[in-house]
Amino acid sequence: MAINSERMVVRGPNTVTAPPQPQAIHRRKKRFNTRTALTLLAFMAPAAIFVGIFTYYPMIAGSQMAFRNWNLNDLSDTSWVGWGNFIKLFESPEFGGIVRNTVVWVVGSLVPQVVIGFALALFLKRRFRFRSGYQAFIFFPWAVSGFLIGMLFRWMFNAEFGVVNDLLMKAGFIESPIPWLAEPGFAMTAVIIANIWYGVTFFAIMILAALQSVSEDMYEAAALDGAGKARTLFSITLPAISVTLGLTILLRVIWIFNFPDIIWAMTGGGPADQTHIITTYMIKITQEGDYGQASALGLIVVFTLMLFAVFYLMAMRPRKANR
Amino acid sequence: MIDKQSTFGRISKVIFLSLCLIVTVFPLYWIVVTSLKAPGSIYSLPLDYWPREISFENYVGLFTKSDFGRYMINSLLVATVAATVATFISLLSAYVLARFHFAGRGAVMVAFLLTQMIPGFIALGPLYIMMTNMNLVDSETGLILVYIAICIPFCTIMLRGFFENVPDALEEAAMIDGCSRLTALFRVLVPVMLPGIAASFIFNFVNCWNELFLSVTLMNSDENKTIPTALAGFISSFNIDWGSMSAAAVLTVVPALAIFAFASKFIVQGLTAGAVKG
Repeated sequence: MAINSERMVVRGPNTVTAPPQPQAIHRRKKRFNTRTALTLLAFMAPAAIFVGIFTYYPMIAGSQMAFRNWNLNDLSDTSWVGWGNFIKLFESPEFGGIVRNTVVWVVGSLVPQVVIGFALALFLKRRFRFRSGYQAFIFFPWAVSGFLIGMLFRWMFNAEFGVVNDLLMKAGFIESPIPWLAEPGFAMTAVIIANIWYGVTFFAIMILAALQSVSEDMYEAAALDGAGKARTLFSITLPAISVTLGLTILLRVIWIFNFPDIIWAMTGGGPADQTHIITTYMIKITQEGDYGQASALGLIVVFTLMLFAVFYLMAMRPRKANR
Repeated sequence: MIDKQSTFGRISKVIFLSLCLIVTVFPLYWIVVTSLKAPGSIYSLPLDYWPREISFENYVGLFTKSDFGRYMINSLLVATVAATVATFISLLSAYVLARFHFAGRGAVMVAFLLTQMIPGFIALGPLYIMMTNMNLVDSETGLILVYIAICIPFCTIMLRGFFENVPDALEEAAMIDGCSRLTALFRVLVPVMLPGIAASFIFNFVNCWNELFLSVTLMNSDENKTIPTALAGFISSFNIDWGSMSAAAVLTVVPALAIFAFASKFIVQGLTAGAVKG
């Protein structure tokens, strides 16, 4: 213990994010006997069983529908159609617009979330009066469901009785009410604003937790060495939280991609499909009964996100090793 | 970070934090105000930023016209049980994934990450059929089992991150002192990681409390509905009763907010502050 805590102080960020030292691996290998292996198996088993039965089985069973003609309205012919469902999707006139909307939705939501969330976490790290009270309020969006947030903002963006128009008019920004959710250009802005409002909290919470796991000793050591604020941020804070930050961003991208709730509640994909992203479009097709096409769309999402995750994780890894 | 903040830093901090607070809280404020207006005065211009006279009619209607109390109890039960079990199971799997480099470790991580990428709608149909065969449709047990399964992957990934911030030497020292692995995990690591564990639990709870699509699919009878399912029912095709909706929204948000306020203390604590110095 004593030796280790010394190492923490001297090496700082390395011990937090670097891959295990060779010596540590060696030690671990020696202890990896049958008894340990059985314990590990027992530790992993419950998670594997639950996820296997209730997530993987239905997912795989659902995936095969993508290659079949599977329409709830007519189940007499559920023959295999190969890539037919995919081709039908790619050829449909809405597809291009939906892909574009999805990109706008993900990027437009994520970037402000990271920036504001990170700033918030930095400001909240240091103790100040009313901090815990402040946190209880600022983390409030996190407690609200996506569907409910959609409803909240649908009401606030209401053209006639909405508070957003009222405030904007009072402030003199606009002359007459904007029909936010009925006007193509504005509807996407409105749903993204709702999503940013929701997601900032998540980033703030995760980054704050990571920040607080960084040892104060490191900051003290940095201060003794005369590091300035910017230097401390880039040389100590960011490396120390890079694993958490990187994983949080990855998960968040995946979630925003897969998060139809807000849009579904606010606009239902309208007006004129202008706010349909891939997953809301999938709900629409599912409700129309075409499980085959919906499933094909789902597989496209999975494939896209997998590619993204692989490249992202590959981009993250060398940064860790070099340090 | 021992030095004092500059005046500029302090002012920008106050401005930034106040702005965030106003923007964050305003929708809550607005929905509370809407819920306290008499049903008729919700749709009257100019807008009132405080109800002219406070009316609880929307709330009373919620409990008399619908079985909202019942829905709240259902949600509370399902979310509490599912979140507790899921956090416990994830703690074990996260520990293994963080501490041991075995063959297939990468595959397990990918398998967990993959569940986050797959839109749930693919699985909905087959899940419903499977649950019917297992006689778990329209049952709280069934919903809890599914919720546990959807919580585990993310919870494991997040807890693994927290484990990796705790030095190995901590439980190794405990095991040299004669603790078993399980004892070392729960006596030594869990206390150090309490903020992370609390954050994970709350996250699971709030997710289950808010889950909509699975609950709509699996719970048929009115007495088994959870809150989100009931809320979805307030939207008829062309008309939304904003009075009931806002009252229900307030009642939905308050418990989730309460559990969060209670536990935010844990999240704020340093995760490893004690461990490094020990």
